[in-house]
Amino acid sequence: MTLVEAQPAGPAAPAGAVRRLAGALHRRPRLQLTLLLAAPLLWLAVLYLGSLTVLFVSAFWTTDSFTSEVVKVWSTDNFHELFTTPVYRQVVLRSIGVALAVTVLCVVIAFPVAFYTARVARPKWRPLLVVAILTPLWASYLVKVYAWRLILSEGGPADWLLKPLGLSGPGYGLPATVLTLTYLWLPYMILPVHTALEQLPDNLLDASADLGARPGRTFRSVVVPMVLPAVAAGSIFTFSLSLGDYITVQIVGGKTQLIGNLVYSNFELNLPMAAALGTVPVVVIVVYLLAMRRTGALSSL
Amino acid sequence: MEGSAIRLHDLRKSFGGTTAVAGVDLEIRDGEFFSMLGPSGSGKTTVLRMIAGFESPTAGRIELAGQDVTRRAPFERDVHTVFQDYALFPHMTVEQNVAYGLKIRKVPRAERLVRARKALAEVRLDGYGGRRPAQLSGGQRQRVALARALVGRPRVLLLDEPLGALDLKLREQMQVELKALQREVGITFVFVTHDQEEALTMSDRIAVFHQGRIEQVGTPAEIYERPATPFVASFVGTSNLLAGEAAHRVVGAPGTYSIRPEKIRVLKESADADEPEHATAAGTVAEVVYLGDATRFLVDLDAGGRLTALQQNLETSSEDVAAYRGTRVRLQWHRRHAVEVPTTG
Repeated sequence: MTLVEAQPAGPAAPAGAVRRLAGALHRRPRLQLTLLLAAPLLWLAVLYLGSLTVLFVSAFWTTDSFTSEVVKVWSTDNFHELFTTPVYRQVVLRSIGVALAVTVLCVVIAFPVAFYTARVARPKWRPLLVVAILTPLWASYLVKVYAWRLILSEGGPADWLLKPLGLSGPGYGLPATVLTLTYLWLPYMILPVHTALEQLPDNLLDASADLGARPGRTFRSVVVPMVLPAVAAGSIFTFSLSLGDYITVQIVGGKTQLIGNLVYSNFELNLPMAAALGTVPVVVIVVYLLAMRRTGALSSL
Repeated sequence: MEGSAIRLHDLRKSFGGTTAVAGVDLEIRDGEFFSMLGPSGSGKTTVLRMIAGFESPTAGRIELAGQDVTRRAPFERDVHTVFQDYALFPHMTVEQNVAYGLKIRKVPRAERLVRARKALAEVRLDGYGGRRPAQLSGGQRQRVALARALVGRPRVLLLDEPLGALDLKLREQMQVELKALQREVGITFVFVTHDQEEALTMSDRIAVFHQGRIEQVGTPAEIYERPATPFVASFVGTSNLLAGEAAHRVVGAPGTYSIRPEKIRVLKESADADEPEHATAAGTVAEVVYLGDATRFLVDLDAGGRLTALQQNLETSSEDVAAYRGTRVRLQWHRRHAVEVPTTG
């Protein structure tokens, strides 16, 4: 008797508990949301924002110049030094210049490439071309940079190729850094531009032609403005990745120094100074993001 | 008014192996509201796109106002298009959209603004110039597309199922407005639609498309009252064809006949109507469809075949029409309303 009665209750009990919990959560959407987001929010708050805060705070400390001990006394000396020392100013401006140059080069190269992959190539080839563009991202960053070091080395492929034209390769230095960074971050620009061009409705181009616009005019008045948010979105990647880079410049930059190198070299001896230097790209990128927000790029990320 | 706005000579278009347009000859007169009617895939939109210049014909010739434009690009033709999904530029305001064509033609800024505002007023959208297309309703976007295409006063305006995306009420309202607008501006309108009612209400003339060919060109009344082919008879209005043996017995002569449902009266079986100009046929009511203002009777004829009769609910109480189902009736119509439809092949 008892066995017969117990049997249906047995397997039903855990299912019932889960069901009750699901029901309770369904009735309290806020609780459900809280439980769902608790772990990632904690991660974001502690590890991400926490370390950023430490960076900012330590930028206002100083170092004892004899012992290299960090002195936890509030001071703006680091920033004062940063803004008054010509070398620092130069490096900051150079870094921003490199990031801008890389971004502009990426736009100039990405637009025709993306135009081809999104609108000219046969539809069945398009996914393959996109994969081809993304493939370099699978290769190690270091391998790619060293490959460029080889390409640009004295008597290397770049020299060899340019020789018939009476030219020589750029060698190691600032141009090599810009060139290599452009190569590294190009996929991040091509991809959003490709997507935007692919989603551009054909009938907008038809409508423009219908109203009397020649292809060049349609390109300027319809295609470019509609793809601009995607270009801005791509530029956020190329700009910030270039601004934070310090390895490429060490490998192909010759004696060139960027912010990242200064952070790196201050790291051991003067951590607060490194932190102050580190806040510079953060601030620059925040300003850049605010500027890009006006173009609607953030909503198309 | 006289003269032809568009002339198509044996126009053909195939995509890969499929033929979309299989030889179309057509003349559209100046100032006419011309509709191209047909089911989807009948080639009407392809013809429109070839007139606009978005597709180039596989063979044949297109003339606009007497000039051969077959090989000209869209921006070299004096026609503007209203697209099915409007194709408004999302990054421009309503006013910029409307003024776009004028800007390209280098109309001075001040005049551009005046004309754009006037065009917006024509479609009853004054005051909306500063908005973005995304902020407008479907009907409003439709009007912006219309204003944008009309502001440059093209010789011909092409409309590709422009009312397709609107709900019924709005569509009926826009039908009336479009027709009024066309009369006002006097531009040739070429209107593509699959909605026979829309074509009948608005057009001066209609071309009925079927499988890449034109089956009939004529005024709405001609198309409706005297369909030239069985396809036209069934596509425009309710299909009501008598063919073969049934036609022979009912009409008295062999052939295929079309009788419009509203021309047929439903009488009691006992009613005798021996007027010589009327034809009658006895049958059983198979189905009764109550439509509110009217009732549709589907009657199986004793002679074979089935006819649909549409009766206004004038005297019949709307509620007891259902009682007719299964009863014996006599259908009566004027002999001249049984129109012989030529069959080919």
